[in-house]
Amino acid sequence: MERIRTPWAVIVALLALTLAFAACGDDDEEPTAGGANTTAAADGEIKRGLKFVSMPKQLGNPYEEIEHGGFEAAVKELGGTHELVGPTDASASSQVPLINSVIQKRPDVLGIAGNDPNAVAPALRNAAKRGITVVGFDSDVAADARKIFVNQASSEQIGRDQVKILAEQINEEGEIAILSATANATNQNTWIKFMREELKNYPNMKLVKVAYGDDDDQKSFQETQGLLQAYPNLKGIISPTTVGISAAARYLSSSDKKGDIALTGLGTPNQMRKFVKDGTVTEFALWNPADVGYLAAYAGAALASDLITGKEGEKFKSGKLGEHTVGKNGEVILGPPTRFNKQNIDEFDF
Amino acid sequence: MNTPAESAVATPAPAPARGGERARRMTELAFRVRELGIVLALGLLILVTGILEPRFVGAGSLRNLALNASIIAILAVGQTLVILTRNIDISVGSILGLAAFMAGTLLSNNPDLPVPLVIVLGMALGGACGMLNGVLVTYGRVPALVVTLGTLYIFRGIAFLWTDGRQVNAETLPDRFLNLGTNSIVGIPILVLFAFVVVLVVGQCLRDLRAGREFYAIGSNPEAARLAGVRSDRRVNTAFVVSGALAGLGGVLFTARFGTVDATAGTGYELTVVAAAVVGGVAVFGGSGSVYGAALGALLLGSITSALIVLRVDAFWQMAAIGGLLLLAIAIDRFVGLRLEAALRQRSSRRAG
Amino acid sequence: MPAEAVIERSDRPAGAARARELLGRWEVLVAALFLLTCVVGQSLSSEFLTAESFTTASLDLSEVALMALALALVVVAAEIDLSVASVLALSSAVMAELWNAGLPLELIMPICIAVGALCGAFNGFLVTRLGLPSLAVTIGTLALFRGLAFVVIGDESVTDFPVAWTDRAFGNFAGTPIPNTMILFAILAVAFGVLLHATPFGRSVFAIGANVEAARFSGLRVKRIKMWLFVMSGAVAALAGIVISLRNSTAAANVGQGFELVAVAAVVLGGVSIFGGKGSILGVVLALGLLGAIQKSLTLAEGISSYWVQIVIGTLLIGSVLGPNLVRRAREARGSIPTRRGKWPLRRAATPNAPQQ
Repeated sequence: MERIRTPWAVIVALLALTLAFAACGDDDEEPTAGGANTTAAADGEIKRGLKFVSMPKQLGNPYEEIEHGGFEAAVKELGGTHELVGPTDASASSQVPLINSVIQKRPDVLGIAGNDPNAVAPALRNAAKRGITVVGFDSDVAADARKIFVNQASSEQIGRDQVKILAEQINEEGEIAILSATANATNQNTWIKFMREELKNYPNMKLVKVAYGDDDDQKSFQETQGLLQAYPNLKGIISPTTVGISAAARYLSSSDKKGDIALTGLGTPNQMRKFVKDGTVTEFALWNPADVGYLAAYAGAALASDLITGKEGEKFKSGKLGEHTVGKNGEVILGPPTRFNKQNIDEFDF
Repeated sequence: MNTPAESAVATPAPAPARGGERARRMTELAFRVRELGIVLALGLLILVTGILEPRFVGAGSLRNLALNASIIAILAVGQTLVILTRNIDISVGSILGLAAFMAGTLLSNNPDLPVPLVIVLGMALGGACGMLNGVLVTYGRVPALVVTLGTLYIFRGIAFLWTDGRQVNAETLPDRFLNLGTNSIVGIPILVLFAFVVVLVVGQCLRDLRAGREFYAIGSNPEAARLAGVRSDRRVNTAFVVSGALAGLGGVLFTARFGTVDATAGTGYELTVVAAAVVGGVAVFGGSGSVYGAALGALLLGSITSALIVLRVDAFWQMAAIGGLLLLAIAIDRFVGLRLEAALRQRSSRRAG
Repeated sequence: MPAEAVIERSDRPAGAARARELLGRWEVLVAALFLLTCVVGQSLSSEFLTAESFTTASLDLSEVALMALALALVVVAAEIDLSVASVLALSSAVMAELWNAGLPLELIMPICIAVGALCGAFNGFLVTRLGLPSLAVTIGTLALFRGLAFVVIGDESVTDFPVAWTDRAFGNFAGTPIPNTMILFAILAVAFGVLLHATPFGRSVFAIGANVEAARFSGLRVKRIKMWLFVMSGAVAALAGIVISLRNSTAAANVGQGFELVAVAAVVLGGVSIFGGKGSILGVVLALGLLGAIQKSLTLAEGISSYWVQIVIGTLLIGSVLGPNLVRRAREARGSIPTRRGKWPLRRAATPNAPQQ
């Protein structure tokens, strides 16, 4: 048998290729107009028959499903058609191919909850080039990749409110920890930034740890256990994610520290009802997720009907929610978060 | 994928001679040593962590360690059977997800359903999934890695289509079911008792039943096992059915423990489960290992995660640490395996000469 | 799996010709499935048969496609590398960290590829020198490399790569609807195709996969060749990491989770035997085309959940091995093909009695 020459050539070729890659030219595609089959509408009114697509972070995530249910409800009111398109896991790399396919379907409006602000941006900019109105909601994408972002509440308020709720429950003193979602989560990281700001107003409260439960039950559960052991003097936990707060509540309700450690954060009433009633959790907050989607659909419709352009100060009608104003950076804020406690929790069903 | 070394570690059961008996004792000794190694590692881990953070060794804390590991341990037992026969089952996470959602929906729609029935149904669903895997592997002659990679996608896809975005909440589940996940009997959590029973029953079956020894025979030397009259296809099928059924059991217990279930339950478990078995000394090429080791492996992996959290080690190190441990475990096994094999060969050549 | 084909492959020319004929048939089948998908895809959405579909479908599959090429060689040699997606992430993380440190991209990219090659060498070392099974090794390094990626960059992500580079990764080749990444893929596909099918190195890869003992006795340096295969797999995965970071203008540690499974699916679907000794780059390329077409057709169709993509691919994966096996079974039952192997279907039977090195 002949001697084998080692494939140095391949390795060298690999290196050379990355450089050759640089030589490849790039041509911008001609922007194509959006293919809307809309009927003409009178000035100042929303066009009928607009085509909407909404894309959650992940299919099968109950919270996202509620949100996109609200989106769909608004589309019905507006007389448009709606399709839900979403990835099977909550990563940007699985959202991008779907955005590319959505572009080919030429909808008028694409509402998206981004898994990563920047990774989806090139694809979204491509969509805008083809005349598709991109509206971000729930979790923002890069500002130049969408016209409007519908925020649940101002990030600042969400962050600060959670600290305030906890401060009330622990008399403004003691060690606290945060149980977040994944380490890369845009929303949570923004809120945590404001939580740190707000904590400066409470000199006796000390943030000892930010733990990541990865929006996974088991992991969140385990992280909660770990927090309690690592920080025996822990007085309170904030979990600004629905998976985290329910896992933490479930752990606390079965541990001997039940009632000694205050838990608050963001959760859905249905998930948390049991724990509010059994005394594990006193009060937590959330907005109505269906309203977030609802507002995003109205904002998209107003943009696609050329009633607004996404500039600061513009106003648009938002159906049952009344009227909303576009804020800085194209941000529209739904309103202050609702606080849920023993008194009011039975009034909500989501 | 063609390392023959481990295959010789365990002796085929049908070998009739006295030498076979002695070799078997030697192999069992090796198992013991291997399991002892994990126990030592576990003890060391708990000791060091306990010195640095005394609360880690409190009774409640130790109970939590066992609790965290119990569901993974149950799945690892099933995985052990499959790996013993030189196969692998990476669809267990998806099967767990299916069973977990089924248990949740059944109980929230019919709160009066007896809990044991739900457990049986969960295991039946899992067993059926395992049966599909097994038939594809044995009758269809499709490699297990390919089959279970496919069913990993398929079962998860079905779970998503079935749940359609719905979620089962603790609120809608009857308390007597949730108590399964939280209550204790004489200080031992019920979940841990479940894991104990599963490990002991399967462990003793493997050790004492002829059928149990045949799993080792198949994994050690398929050809010899076949010639000795072992019905390999049937055993391989059994392994997959048991692995599926235990994943189903794990799913029901998952629902009881966490209360909140949607279609993503158990995503990624397959890696932890395989890792637990391998760290526990189950050789990837079959024929050697025990369910006790696998269960201990699950406990060790879970404890490492908890210890790192308690020691306030940056969360980012956890994954790397588990990967490193896995590599260390197989490297040690290889080393011990080679030694043992050399010893066995020496013995048999002495006998022959 | 078809053990007889394995044996024929390393035989004299007549056997090789027959084997090639068999292979030809498999690739024809994949191509037929591809065409079928195109017909179904077009009937589901009129947008399917467009240049844009081709552009986006191929762009979306770029990284998996690159990794599948090198992985195919590893699998032909009867090994497996499940760590590729984690090497991709580590490469992305290293790229981000070095960019933050102020190095120019032109320097960073070769470094990333070197890191990938090093990861591959680590896998190769454990498999060839310590004699550990590659399945277990690469499950371990899957966790290890991904973990290291997080250790390197943590929860941060880097998004400020120069537009000139990100456009290059995202854009098309000189006015055609072919993405630049596909040009890269095509060049590598040809390179790997030549390496596997037209060089002594490739022949020895087949020989090792078919029967490692026979290969060793015939004087092949098995360990060294396998080592190179893992190094190449790592280097290509790192290249894919660079591509995905530039294409998405984002480098982070959590990128590409689960890609390893798609890459393995592409390789198996392409007719490469998971037991080694059989397969072709052409088959893998066709299988990638099929995967891309399925994904595109199902995502373009109105109201079909993404989960159907998973279910269809899972079924296809099993079916691609099951189908031929059942056909063979039926033929065996009719007695037209003598049963040449033992009943044990799961591993090649050649190894258990093999002497140790």
